[in-house]
Amino acid sequence: MKLRSKSMLLSFALTLAVAGPACSQGYVEIHSGGVAAKPLSYAPDYTPVDEVAPSEQQVLHVAQVAGVNTFNRNLKVDKMKNAPPPEDGIHDTENEGTFVLQAPIEAYKGLPVSEFGNYVDWVKAIDEKKLAPRWDRVDSSEEPFVMDLDIVREVKASVPDVVFPHRQHTEWLACQNCHPAIFIPQKGANQINMSAILLGQKCGVCHGKVSFPITTKSCKKCHSKPKPANWQPPLSDATLKNPWR
Amino acid sequence: MSSKIKHSKWKYVLLGAAAWVSAFLLPQAAHAEYADVVINNYADAAGIRPVVFPHWFHRIRFRCKVCHADLGFEFKAGGNKITMAKIIDGKFCGACHNGEIAWSVENCAMCHSGIPGTPTHFHGSTVQRLIAPAYKPVEQKK
Repeated sequence: MKLRSKSMLLSFALTLAVAGPACSQGYVEIHSGGVAAKPLSYAPDYTPVDEVAPSEQQVLHVAQVAGVNTFNRNLKVDKMKNAPPPEDGIHDTENEGTFVLQAPIEAYKGLPVSEFGNYVDWVKAIDEKKLAPRWDRVDSSEEPFVMDLDIVREVKASVPDVVFPHRQHTEWLACQNCHPAIFIPQKGANQINMSAILLGQKCGVCHGKVSFPITTKSCKKCHSKPKPANWQPPLSDATLKNPWR
Repeated sequence: MSSKIKHSKWKYVLLGAAAWVSAFLLPQAAHAEYADVVINNYADAAGIRPVVFPHWFHRIRFRCKVCHADLGFEFKAGGNKITMAKIIDGKFCGACHNGEIAWSVENCAMCHSGIPGTPTHFHGSTVQRLIAPAYKPVEQKK
C-alpha cells in the first residue's frame, strides 16, 4: 500500500512538472491569411511566397490545440499547408536550386480543393478538365483507356462496404500497374485489410503515399456503400460453437 | 502483495513519464508537400545532397502510367536504384530530363536539393506517421 501511494504521488508530481509549462502556451495569433510570409534570416535575398495572400487587418485568436490538450494525439496540430520548397523542412536552404523550384500553391491555383493530402482533389480536377496530364511521355494527344467498372467488396465489420471504381483509377494508371502483382484479377482472391493498407500494401501502395491519404476524413471515399437494412454482424466461431447459445 | 514484488509499479510510472516527456522534446516532423520523396540511395555516400522528388509537380503534367508503367519506376521509395549513369543513358528520369521534354542533367541543384543526411523516405505517408518510426534517422556527417 505504501509503495502504491508513493508511485501515485510521483506520477502526480510529474504531471504538474510536465504539463505545467506545456499548458501555459495559451493561444496564438493567426493572421487570417494563414501563415505569414516572413523574410528568411538565412536567405535575405529570397522573398517568400504569400501563401493565401494574408490580410494584415484581421487577426483571429484561435486556441492552440497543442497547448491545451497536448496529450491528445488525435487532435489537430498546427500544420503548414503547401509550404514552398525553402520552408518545407526537407529542402536544403544552402542550395541555390531550392529557391528556383516552384511553390506548390502557385501550381494549385484554380484546382478543386480537398481536405487532405495535397489539399487538391486530383480526380475531380481531371473530371472537370482543369488538368490534362499526358497519358504518353511525348504524345499529348493520346487518351487513356478508361474502364468503367465498379467492384463492390463486402466488409466483415460494421463499416459501409467498399466500392472500388475502376474509372477513376484507369484515368491515371495502366492495368499492369496493379494487375496481377498487387491485385489478382479474380473475385475473392485478394485479402485486404486496413492494417495491410496502412503498412503500405494493397491499396496502400498508392493510398497514403501519393493518392489520397488514409485519414478519418477519407474513410467514406472507399467505404461508401451502406450496409443493407437487415445486416447483422457475423458471429465469432466461439459464439457459434457455444452449446448454450 | 505489492510490497513483495519490487519495482513493479515504478517501472510503469517511469516508462509513462519518459514517453510523455519525449513527446514534448522530440523535434516535430517537416511539413513538406504530401507525396514528396527523398531519395538518398547513393547521394550522401557520393558527397552530394539527396534528391527531393515532388510527385505533385509531375502528376500535374503526366499520369501515373507514364513513369510507373512505361518508364519502369517501381512503387517504392528508393526501390529503383537510380544512378546518374542511367539517367544520362535515357533511363528513369533521363527519359524526360534530356533537354527535350524537360530540362537536362546539368541542373544538379534542382533535384539534389535535400538536406544532407535525410534518409530515403516518402514524406507524409501513413507509414511515416506510425508511432514507432518507420525508418532510422541517418547520422549527419560534418
